[in-house]
Amino acid sequence: MTYMANLSRRSFVIAGAAAGAGLALGFKLPFSPDLVRADDGTPEIDAWVVIRPDDTVVIRIMRSEMGQGTLTGLAQLVAEELGCDWSKVTAEFPTPGENLARNRVWGESNTTGSRGIRESNEYVRKGGAIARVMLIQAAANAWNVPVSECSPANGLITHQPSGRSVTYGKVADAAAKLTPPADVPLTPTKDWKIAGKPLKRLDTPDKLVGKTKYGIDVRLPGMLYGAIAACPVFGGTLKSYDEATVRGMPGVQHVVRIGDFAVAVVADSWWRAKTALEALPVVWDEGKNVTVSDATIADFLKEGLDAEPTAVGNQAGDVRAAMAGAAKVVEAVYAFPYRIHAAVEPMNATALYTPERCEVWAPTQNGEDALRAAAQAAGLPLEKCDLHKTFVGGGFGRRGGPTDFVRHAVAVAKQVPGVPIKLLWSREEDTTHDTYHPITQCRMRAALDANNKLIGLHMRISGQSILASLAPARLQNGKDPIAFQSLNPGGAEGAFGYEVPNLLIDHAMRNPSIPAGFWRGVNSNHNALYVECFMDELAHATGENPLAFRLKYLKPKHAAVLQAAAAKAGYGTPAPQGVYRGLAQVMANASYVAACAEVSVENGRVMVRRMVGATNCGHAVNPELITRQVEGSFVYGLSSLLYGECTVRGGRIEQTNFDTWQVMRIDEMPKVDVVVMPDGEFWGGVGEPTISVAAPAVLNAVFAATGKRLRSIPIKESDLRSA
Amino acid sequence: MTALFINGKSHEVDVESNTPLLWVLRDTIGLTGTKYGCGIAQCGACTVHIDGVAARSCQVPVGTVGGRAITTIEALAQNGKLHPVQQAWLDFDVPQCGYCQSGMMMAVVALLKEKPKPTDADIDAAITNICRCGTYQRIRAAIHAAANAQKERP
Repeated sequence: MTYMANLSRRSFVIAGAAAGAGLALGFKLPFSPDLVRADDGTPEIDAWVVIRPDDTVVIRIMRSEMGQGTLTGLAQLVAEELGCDWSKVTAEFPTPGENLARNRVWGESNTTGSRGIRESNEYVRKGGAIARVMLIQAAANAWNVPVSECSPANGLITHQPSGRSVTYGKVADAAAKLTPPADVPLTPTKDWKIAGKPLKRLDTPDKLVGKTKYGIDVRLPGMLYGAIAACPVFGGTLKSYDEATVRGMPGVQHVVRIGDFAVAVVADSWWRAKTALEALPVVWDEGKNVTVSDATIADFLKEGLDAEPTAVGNQAGDVRAAMAGAAKVVEAVYAFPYRIHAAVEPMNATALYTPERCEVWAPTQNGEDALRAAAQAAGLPLEKCDLHKTFVGGGFGRRGGPTDFVRHAVAVAKQVPGVPIKLLWSREEDTTHDTYHPITQCRMRAALDANNKLIGLHMRISGQSILASLAPARLQNGKDPIAFQSLNPGGAEGAFGYEVPNLLIDHAMRNPSIPAGFWRGVNSNHNALYVECFMDELAHATGENPLAFRLKYLKPKHAAVLQAAAAKAGYGTPAPQGVYRGLAQVMANASYVAACAEVSVENGRVMVRRMVGATNCGHAVNPELITRQVEGSFVYGLSSLLYGECTVRGGRIEQTNFDTWQVMRIDEMPKVDVVVMPDGEFWGGVGEPTISVAAPAVLNAVFAATGKRLRSIPIKESDLRSA
Repeated sequence: MTALFINGKSHEVDVESNTPLLWVLRDTIGLTGTKYGCGIAQCGACTVHIDGVAARSCQVPVGTVGGRAITTIEALAQNGKLHPVQQAWLDFDVPQCGYCQSGMMMAVVALLKEKPKPTDADIDAAITNICRCGTYQRIRAAIHAAANAQKERP
């Protein structure tokens, strides 16, 4: 077979597992006192590395894989230090329960905020380096020669003076018994042989043949299927339902409540469960939010544009004085809508509950959070629960912060003890019960002096806090610190790029009843749009070239990516007939990115011809994966610019499926060119930052094409028809 | 009982005749490579072949299929050899999350059967499947590569 999967089967294939109490598919716990073994009996060298006698190298990956390539990138970092043969590398996911039982030996599982590689690179590399030292020591011991005479390459240890050699697999058993070194030096970037290279993804082969197991694909013996309906109005509750109506329908086994807001039908197939759910008479108490609409939300946010701020994120000089003394004040108000994540794999999880133990299988971006949610919903202590991560059919933040899909599955399973339940949300349920990109409005006000120099800037954001909605415990004195992503005075989570002597960036928190969540790119999406579109307005107001205007004020790393994107796109040279260019830059998720868009506008329709991206992520562990993330980020950003808006009426989201919430398809895909330009000075993320420059670059290009400023999105044809 | 012919094998299934083929494939037979995305034939994640023609299986009642030959992603590779479309997907390392790619590849195989050398416009018109990771640029390149590879085959 030419397409044999390159992945360890243990963690990824779960079909055929025995159902019942105490079901555990992970490592054998408790461990023998001196040696930890993988479940095939092979001893691990250290927590990160297992080497089988046939020289197969199994690398443990704690972060989730949802398409971003972290599985491959982290494996490259471990393999780099290990000095193994990359063609023999496979990967597996330890469970969060195993991680907790071993004192979090694998570190963080949270796979949000583009942090997979940037925040674990050091400890995963150490994991590989320590294993290498132990393997060499084991070989030296066997030959009774000094370690200094032995050198590793490609999974082979050679005793230089004698020319003898042995593979890692042959000494793995002995190495596992050695005491790990306390500390080890890491390979300098310039000497990387496996990391830093555009290697193929480890998970592609299975994805070509339908073998990859996502959460929705979990199958356990005796498993039943659940379909869920929650109150369509946020904050509303479930009043009653008439179970007798659906009792006799084919395959129906149970009708159960989930909390006070949802009902689920459990049947022997999902289609039968869903069919019965649709036939089930349900009465909702829609509650007080039933009057909430786009108009009431817009008014609520508008009031925040002039109110006292909730929090100040960035301040310098005296903005009020700068405005008072300005030769010219430029002002604009922008708005940014609700959006759904729309991962193509709808929300789901599979749970098996008994009074003694709860096991969950879920496509989660954060295994430990999901495990905690499962334990809480089960009413069991953490150590009596475990969570098995599957591959994730699109994350985009929906499966990071919120754990509703896990909690609801456990809530159903708890009412059917001993039976595995796969609770799958319909697309309609997924769309109408998302945690949405937060809604905001923004007033930008700039002071220009008599020489058209930017001397003051006040940015007021009014709108929703993700933390207030999803994690109120993380608010700081009622303030949402992440509201200022990409606007901060400094720090990894996004510094404001422009040097302005008098600056005030503040936030008036206004939280409508629609729940907000982390949406790939998070608060940088609207923050970058507001800043970068307004900088374009200022360039126009001063009669300057948008690139030249920005470069007067941009900090060096911000300027460098913008210049790179502009140069690659040929900004400043003539564009093809009818094509116009626009620029944007941002720092987000610890990386510096920029975009140059090329668009044409015909009969009010915007056609994005080409997007050029530049990324400085400090270290490029796999340039091809980074390029793909930039390409995909442009699609995610542009799709929402062109189509993505959720509207609210009667306290509910009006869109329900891909017929009413359109997304970009291949016919609208622009050509994408990517410049990857790591400067080696830091570690930055790549899965998200480019999303937030896609929309402003296009909007600025639309202005260049039409002279029309679009200050609210998505773009509507009617906005531009007269242009 | 409904008789089905899937990936060269006969199956007897006991389901309501209006059950979408998608759910029979996934839940009754256990062929989970075909995915559910929308249930209204918008996203294409459920694309399979019925007598060699691409069909969105979420909209095909199983009672209408009869004895026609159904092919799913699991049977696209033959005798351990990837189909040229799968090979192109591998060469271009197309998938990101990969969830939509079963349906994407099935749609492309059907397109190439009809149009062995599709133009970009042909691709735009025929491949309307949704990929939220945004792999479209790689998909287009892989389709052209697969078309060339098919052409070169004896």
